[in-house]
Amino acid sequence: MNVDVKMDLKGLACPLPVVKVSQQVKKMKVGEVLEAETTDPGAHADFPAWAKSSGNEILKTVKEEKSAKFYIKKLK
Amino acid sequence: MDPKKELQRIGEELEALKTGTKNKLSMIVFSGDMDKLLAAFIIATGAVAMGLHVVMFFTFWGTPALRDKKKKAGGKDLFGKMFGFMLPKGAGKVKLSKMNMGGMGTAMMKHLMKKKNIASLEEMIGLAAELEVKIYICDMSMGLMGFKPEEMIDYPDVEFVGVAKFLEEAGDSKIQLFL
Repeated sequence: MNVDVKMDLKGLACPLPVVKVSQQVKKMKVGEVLEAETTDPGAHADFPAWAKSSGNEILKTVKEEKSAKFYIKKLK
Repeated sequence: MDPKKELQRIGEELEALKTGTKNKLSMIVFSGDMDKLLAAFIIATGAVAMGLHVVMFFTFWGTPALRDKKKKAGGKDLFGKMFGFMLPKGAGKVKLSKMNMGGMGTAMMKHLMKKKNIASLEEMIGLAAELEVKIYICDMSMGLMGFKPEEMIDYPDVEFVGVAKFLEEAGDSKIQLFL
């Protein structure tokens, strides 16, 4: 998968991961992919909820030992 | 004019015509407790991430949390001075609603928040400013407690208003909250 931007959100707590991701996606072009790595357990519910309401797509979620990587495609 | 922004604006207006509501969250912040204020700002900033415009209306005990600890205002009467002295001077001075224990509980909570990398109330206000959250402050509360506009925090988008302004905003908001 082609990743255009990587974000390290490890250690950040609610609401910062979703706030930072939304700000970053705003700056990107349609079709670009963002890799966001977070340790916030709430992100597993929050990122899909955000993607649904903002009309973007989570292509894949990869669980690591202590964190998770979300691959988010900007759709609009 | 930015055509992309204009298109978004037209889209939002069309949506508003269809549903009678705008992509907006209006919140009354009545409480002056640290925990509730924190919740208010977490919801406000989270809502911006979800694509909503956010309006926070500070009234009663919420008002002193927006005072600037470094600023002073003169010309107050006795009651104004008393309120000024007895109410928290800014977001750094507000207390927990429960387990304050003479300030120990609040200090412990702040320590824990720092350790767990949770943003402080002051940081959350800064974030809200960055995200263009609009703050209204109730004019009547200001007058009642003797607060002056010149002693409030420097915030990019703040206005002193009455209840009608809040109701106008709340009337076409998707979400309305009272904290």
